[in-house]
Amino acid sequence: MHDRPTVDELLRAVEALLDEQLVPALEGARKYNARVASNVIKIARRELQHYERQADEEWRGLDIVLGAAARPAAPAALREAIRARNEELAQRIRDGDADAGDFRRLVLAHVRDTVHAKLEVANPGWLEG
Amino acid sequence: MSEQLRDPDALGEALASFIQRESGAASVRITGMRRLTGGASRETWSCDAAIDRGAVAEALPLILQRDTRGTLTSLPRALEFRLLRAAFDAGVPAPEPLFMGDDSLGAPFFLVRRIEGETLPRRLLRDDEYAGARAALTPQLGAILAAVHAIPLDGLADLPGPPPGAASAVASELDRYEAVFRGIAVEPHPAFELAFRWLRLHLPPAAGERRTLVHGDFRMGNVLFGPEGARALLDWELAHTGDPSEDLAWVSVRSWRFGGDCPVGGIGDRETVFAAYEAAGGAPVDRARVHFWEVFGNLRWGVICLGQARTYLDGRSNSVELASIGRRTAETEWELLNLIEAEG
Repeated sequence: MHDRPTVDELLRAVEALLDEQLVPALEGARKYNARVASNVIKIARRELQHYERQADEEWRGLDIVLGAAARPAAPAALREAIRARNEELAQRIRDGDADAGDFRRLVLAHVRDTVHAKLEVANPGWLEG
Repeated sequence: MSEQLRDPDALGEALASFIQRESGAASVRITGMRRLTGGASRETWSCDAAIDRGAVAEALPLILQRDTRGTLTSLPRALEFRLLRAAFDAGVPAPEPLFMGDDSLGAPFFLVRRIEGETLPRRLLRDDEYAGARAALTPQLGAILAAVHAIPLDGLADLPGPPPGAASAVASELDRYEAVFRGIAVEPHPAFELAFRWLRLHLPPAAGERRTLVHGDFRMGNVLFGPEGARALLDWELAHTGDPSEDLAWVSVRSWRFGGDCPVGGIGDRETVFAAYEAAGGAPVDRARVHFWEVFGNLRWGVICLGQARTYLDGRSNSVELASIGRRTAETEWELLNLIEAEG
């Protein structure tokens, strides 16, 4: 195992450097980019915090919409399998399967959950508007 | 692009030589060269030129706009320059185009006359100094847009637009954005698929569609303002010909509210814009058509987010801003779900 600090603890140090030292000291485009960089670190930290739970929830949601499938155990395989199932879902929407009826309701509920999960990481404030 | 032309002093010297050649002046001195914030795909610089013509000395406040590598949808600089000329001559509050650039700054560029003012939407929304602007701006937006849509298209036939013979500008613009989306998305996006499907099923009728110049990026952030209100409409790089309802809707896309409560740029309501547009000579506003374009607008901004992230992912830029915009895609997906679920 790696020594402490953990990945999150390392990122926290970079975030503090940006927020407490670099952003206040810079001007113009550099100040703006340092703010953006700080926000990127915050996104990365939230993804680390939520990733496992969100992948699990997305898989279970896809099971409801597309039918149950065998869930890969390894994280990389799970990521790839979620992607492949989202391709399948996208194709079914393109084919018009989700234009109306029960399948539309299932798809809308699931897609709303997954976009909610993305915003929990990317920009939680957006969910309040 | 050579490294020296990122340095403000070297850039100022190259620019002074360029203006001297263009204007035939005895000498040109550039001062106050600074890079302005904003503009993920293009660089904007501000400077002042002192132009010595022998008997006469002229002081020109300038904005330099220069390409960075690789943008997906922007107009060629020379065409944007001609468009600015047409807008300025038609009395639209647009920056006055002064010099079309050559290859002396390492990338396509042009110069316009600088207008003093603020563009940051958050300052407009929050600063006491802009209370008057907040009150004045919403109807001004309608009036400006009526003027934009009245710009004659003579000499601008090479603007992007619906293909010749296209029955509907809306349908061809939807085709265009779907093709862009299919070309750049590296992950599946079920929310965007739902939105494309909704738009296909709710296309406004081709009959009754108007076709005009469309600014293409008419929103807060591209309107220069002072304490009294609007001063100029900036950033014409996404202009095209098409359905003018597009501009009337884009200004209400949620991402341009910047945390404000009201739909139009966070500061006003749609009907105020529509009434001012009609009062200033704009054609009667088709509310259903504008609503369609608002859904399309949220989707369009989502596709642009993907495109900006793709510029980073393909290694054409190391910009942290372009990288981070990829994660803003989800904001548009959320708004799209809200809009299409409300409609059934």
